[in-house]
Amino acid sequence: MELNGAQIVIQSLKDEGVEFIFGYPGGAVLHLYDAIFQQDDVKHILVRHEQGATHAADGYARATGKPGVVLVTSGPGATNAVTGIATAYMDSIPMVIISGQVPSPVIGSDAFQEVDMVGITRPCVKHNFLVKDVTKLAETIKKAFYVATTGRPGPVVVDVPKDITDPRIKVPYKYPKKVSIRSYNPAVTGHKGQIKKAVDLLLTAQKPIIYSGGGVILGEASKELTEFAHTLGFPVTNTLMGLGAYPSTDKQFVGMLGMHGTYEANMAMHESDVIIAIGARFDDRVTGKLDEFCPHAQIIHIDVDPASISKTVKVAIPIVGQVKPVLEQMLELIRESKKKPSKKALENWWNQIDQWRAVKCLEYDRESRLIKPQYVIEQLYEVTKGEAYVTSDVGQHQMWAAQYYPFDKPRRWINSGGLGTMGFGLPAAIGVKLAFPDSDVACVTGDASIQMCIQELSTALQYKTPVKIINLNNSYMGMVRQWQEFSYESRYSHSYMDTIPEFVKLAEAYGHVGMRIDKPEEVRPALEEAFAMKDRTVFLDILTDRTENVYPMIESGKGHHDMTLRVAPGTSTDRELA
Amino acid sequence: MRHIISILIENESGALSRVAGLFSARGYNIESLTVAPTEDPSLSRMTLVTRGSDDIIEQITKQLNKLIDVVKLIDLADSDHIERELMMAKIKTTEQTREEIRSLAAIFRGSIIDVTPTTYVVEMTGPSSKLDAFIAAIDGDTIIEVVRSGPTGISRGEKGLHL
Repeated sequence: MELNGAQIVIQSLKDEGVEFIFGYPGGAVLHLYDAIFQQDDVKHILVRHEQGATHAADGYARATGKPGVVLVTSGPGATNAVTGIATAYMDSIPMVIISGQVPSPVIGSDAFQEVDMVGITRPCVKHNFLVKDVTKLAETIKKAFYVATTGRPGPVVVDVPKDITDPRIKVPYKYPKKVSIRSYNPAVTGHKGQIKKAVDLLLTAQKPIIYSGGGVILGEASKELTEFAHTLGFPVTNTLMGLGAYPSTDKQFVGMLGMHGTYEANMAMHESDVIIAIGARFDDRVTGKLDEFCPHAQIIHIDVDPASISKTVKVAIPIVGQVKPVLEQMLELIRESKKKPSKKALENWWNQIDQWRAVKCLEYDRESRLIKPQYVIEQLYEVTKGEAYVTSDVGQHQMWAAQYYPFDKPRRWINSGGLGTMGFGLPAAIGVKLAFPDSDVACVTGDASIQMCIQELSTALQYKTPVKIINLNNSYMGMVRQWQEFSYESRYSHSYMDTIPEFVKLAEAYGHVGMRIDKPEEVRPALEEAFAMKDRTVFLDILTDRTENVYPMIESGKGHHDMTLRVAPGTSTDRELA
Repeated sequence: MRHIISILIENESGALSRVAGLFSARGYNIESLTVAPTEDPSLSRMTLVTRGSDDIIEQITKQLNKLIDVVKLIDLADSDHIERELMMAKIKTTEQTREEIRSLAAIFRGSIIDVTPTTYVVEMTGPSSKLDAFIAAIDGDTIIEVVRSGPTGISRGEKGLHL
């Protein structure tokens, strides 16, 4: 079969099994868009800004496990995509981004809409390619998908100069079934000796804890993790990225750890004698002050990326491999072993954990005359029966969603954890809804974040992706305000939103339903009404307590045991801001 | 501690910038970097001298290995190895100093490869420390220009860095 370069790109995506391309046209990709026009197999989703394309593809990838695909033009199209590429990179999300480039002969001449995309994205991609020869195009795309989806996943950019997609130049097309790259051989199974050592250590632990992260979700190892934890009877804590990898309503789950983690999770980490870190990377938001991190613990670390191991925290037993096969290997050894975890020690350990749990660190004022954001999330959980896909933006609302919506399944909690990208939530929700049209998709956001990609409301109308936007509106950049309250004597420098749009009218202007909720008793009925409108995007503008803070909190420079808790449960936390 | 990291890397445009970019992005220092194609034209050999604690060197080698273009690497400091650097030094001469510079160059097994009535160019190879010693032995005011390649290295014995 002879195809031109533009057709090769689209046919390759089709052969790769791609359902959706999220993109925006422009000069350098006109040939490609002409090829898209002439076929129906791969659906193109036209966004309103290239950042939205990357986040939508990212949301799709996080929810499905399949790589997200983006198509942007050269120059500003490419640079607009960079934030979304970096977002995916930080959270190891598989994506393939095809960017147009000016024609090969004018590269380097500062041509119209020229930017060095390979150079600009180098630090925030797993790998990138500049295509120089149309006969290598199909193979390069195959390599891009191979690199993006294997090992520790990540975004891969394929930069395609316009002349490569010239419709007049046809070459034989064959999409390779397999590619190999001699310098790229990601590990699969773990080292047997290391695994044996790890199992021996686990079976002698007195105060063990399982600390698992996003790698368990990426590695499709939730089932194995759950079985592993149940077999051993150890407590489990998840990182922000790992929520849902272990069922949050399970009695062995002690909550999220880290800066806004639960008291019990952080204290258990601090007091533990053996930690097994599974697909987690000891991020600074998790560890707090490194010198005080888990002073009594011997650490086992399973990760597919050797560079994640002993990067910030030295570990005793590193295991390089995919989480799923390594956990299977460990489970087999544990079952065969004559040694069992000490019942007595675990009983003492759980008693201690129950005492920490009794602090009830997530309690808040339920009698408030104001709408508490925590209450909204709890109601969202009930109305959606815990089954929704929840995307979020970045800030206080993100932490409340993580704390008060107990995810029982992987890939349901979709947020920008590593890069912390405001504007992520809405386009990500659109990507999720395209993948799962029959499921409830909620975007928990705030009045500041939502405005960073609000233009995608238009995309939501065009492609009929009825998501529910839960806007926790406190007229502040809440998390910035909170830090200013804690660390800058309440000097609220530019953390307020002085002229917030009327979101209800805005939603209506975009063709959606808008609702404004300002009383606690209206929250539940409004949510029910919104989720009952199956075919409409609904924007719920919920006016919440402006002064509410996220607790518990480990302030920067402090250790896990040094947490700031909310005032004693039962007392009112309504207050005026200074 | 000083480490010499020897890297086999795909001979492709952009490969060098991936390595250099990694060092600047992660705040590692590069003392010197040399790169040239190998007997296999699809591969380049890169020799990189860096300094850091054991933890940092471990991270550097892991991060380098993570680059898709990096095929293989070794830290030469881990084993017995030979290190060589090429230097060319242009030195101002007078009737009185010419003999002295010639004999000094001879002591260091250097050779004089260009002569004008007022200058010599001395060529010398050796471990970096030997080149440093030669420069230290010469009157600093007479040095017009010094060009150094940066060290390259190879391990001793049968072991080698190859595919």
